[in-house]
Amino acid sequence: MRRKISLKPITLLLLLTTFVSFGKEQEGHGEQKTGKATESEVKAYIQHHLKDSYDFNLFSYTTDAGEEKHVGFPLPVILWDNGLKVFSSSKFHHGKTIAEVGGDYYKLHHSKIYKVDGPNGEIIEDENHHAINDKPLDFSITKNVTMIFMVFAIMFFMFSRMAKSYKKNNGMPKGMGRFLEPIVLYVRDEIAIPNIGEKHYKRYMSYLLTVFFFVWIVNLFGLTPIGMNVTNNIAVTLCLALITYFITTFSGNKNYWKHIFWMPGVPVPMKIILAPIELLGTIIKPFALMIRLYANITAGHVVLMSIIGMIFLFQNWIGSSLSFLLAFVLAILELLVAALQAYIFTVLSALYFGMAVEEHHDEAH
Amino acid sequence: MKLFEDFSLGLFVWQAVLFIALILLLKKFAWKPILDSVNDREEGIKNALDSAEKAKLEMQNLQADNQKLLQEARAEREAMLKEARDIKNKMIEDAKGEAQEQANKLIQQAQAAIESEKKAAISELKSQVANLSIDIAEKVVRQELSNKDKQLKLVESMLGEAKLN
Repeated sequence: MRRKISLKPITLLLLLTTFVSFGKEQEGHGEQKTGKATESEVKAYIQHHLKDSYDFNLFSYTTDAGEEKHVGFPLPVILWDNGLKVFSSSKFHHGKTIAEVGGDYYKLHHSKIYKVDGPNGEIIEDENHHAINDKPLDFSITKNVTMIFMVFAIMFFMFSRMAKSYKKNNGMPKGMGRFLEPIVLYVRDEIAIPNIGEKHYKRYMSYLLTVFFFVWIVNLFGLTPIGMNVTNNIAVTLCLALITYFITTFSGNKNYWKHIFWMPGVPVPMKIILAPIELLGTIIKPFALMIRLYANITAGHVVLMSIIGMIFLFQNWIGSSLSFLLAFVLAILELLVAALQAYIFTVLSALYFGMAVEEHHDEAH
Repeated sequence: MKLFEDFSLGLFVWQAVLFIALILLLKKFAWKPILDSVNDREEGIKNALDSAEKAKLEMQNLQADNQKLLQEARAEREAMLKEARDIKNKMIEDAKGEAQEQANKLIQQAQAAIESEKKAAISELKSQVANLSIDIAEKVVRQELSNKDKQLKLVESMLGEAKLN
């Protein structure tokens, strides 16, 4: 009960700060030009928000004198370009200058690092506006990577403490564990056991629990104004989907492979037709996992940010307050989506594991 | 495609490394201890319930046993009481018989004693009567030897008396 009450003001506060930080940006730009935020500005802001960045930017604004101010801190850039190159992202000055490291020159272009010829080198674009400059191998600690590190630390702290509280209290959870235990048990009793089966589920619990809480926490951080949403990067969802794919493939038993390559209970020509389809299916399933998580979170953010943008586009009491209301409702919906997507990812992973370890049974398919 | 342009190898590598490390770390430091504790607890609850059920059953058995014992005891008491009653009755019966016998015997003895006493008394009486008669006869004879009539009369009256006896 207490938790519920205390959670609400925090969410409200976080939502409000989203508006505030966003508002500052828009107002700053607006004053400089027409005094109003424009559609293209909102669009650019949304695109910027969805992209990864090399700085941990909390918010930025333009002063009355027309000077851009960024509040945040730089992050380390790690490049592999004829040797390891590590430098602070502050060298880019938010993309305004070219960074010089050990005789090589790098420039930020659409939130990506390109190699340029010299201190005054330019990005060369082809007819499709794609830069053709060399791209160094980039292992920078970007904002997204920082968020992953943070979630890593938070999860490790939370769950190792929870585990310790069990030891201290004779197998009873205490504090945070009391809140987390039902969720852990839910993953076990409602996701793992029904989909994988009583016999094999234990092997997959670590992955299922980790992926569930990881996606959920990362999604929730995405809804806070400081957070970068990690799951709207295809690289992250690809990584998660690949792990599911590998676990499924490597735990597949004889029965599983038989159902893929030589489907029992159908005539031989059908078997031959079904084999490539089934084989493709094993790849499509994790691919769908990847796209589902990515698309849901990205779409949610685009819609939410657009509606927040509308508040500033309307610039009148009725339109803006209606947009505010809509944004508020949508933000709450996004809270649900954050948990729902984590749940769906975990359930489907469990389902695929269940298929892979299913024992042979003599029923017609 | 925009999707693949956005793909960042660095992010992928970091995510893969951190996520797999997180799975392994949490497995060792969190999931295993947590799930084990939960399992132990559930097992403990299940065992406790089982043993409670067992204890209940045992209680019922015990109660049934008690009931049975009680019934047995009651039956035994009943039997013992019956036996005692029988013995008592028999003893009374026996005592009565013996007493009767004893009494009969005593009565018989008494009767026999009375009979013999009576006989003795009769015989003594007879002898005394005989003596008395002789005495009387002697006296009469002595007196009446002078008077013949008187002698006869006396004899006669005496004989009448004797007959009355």
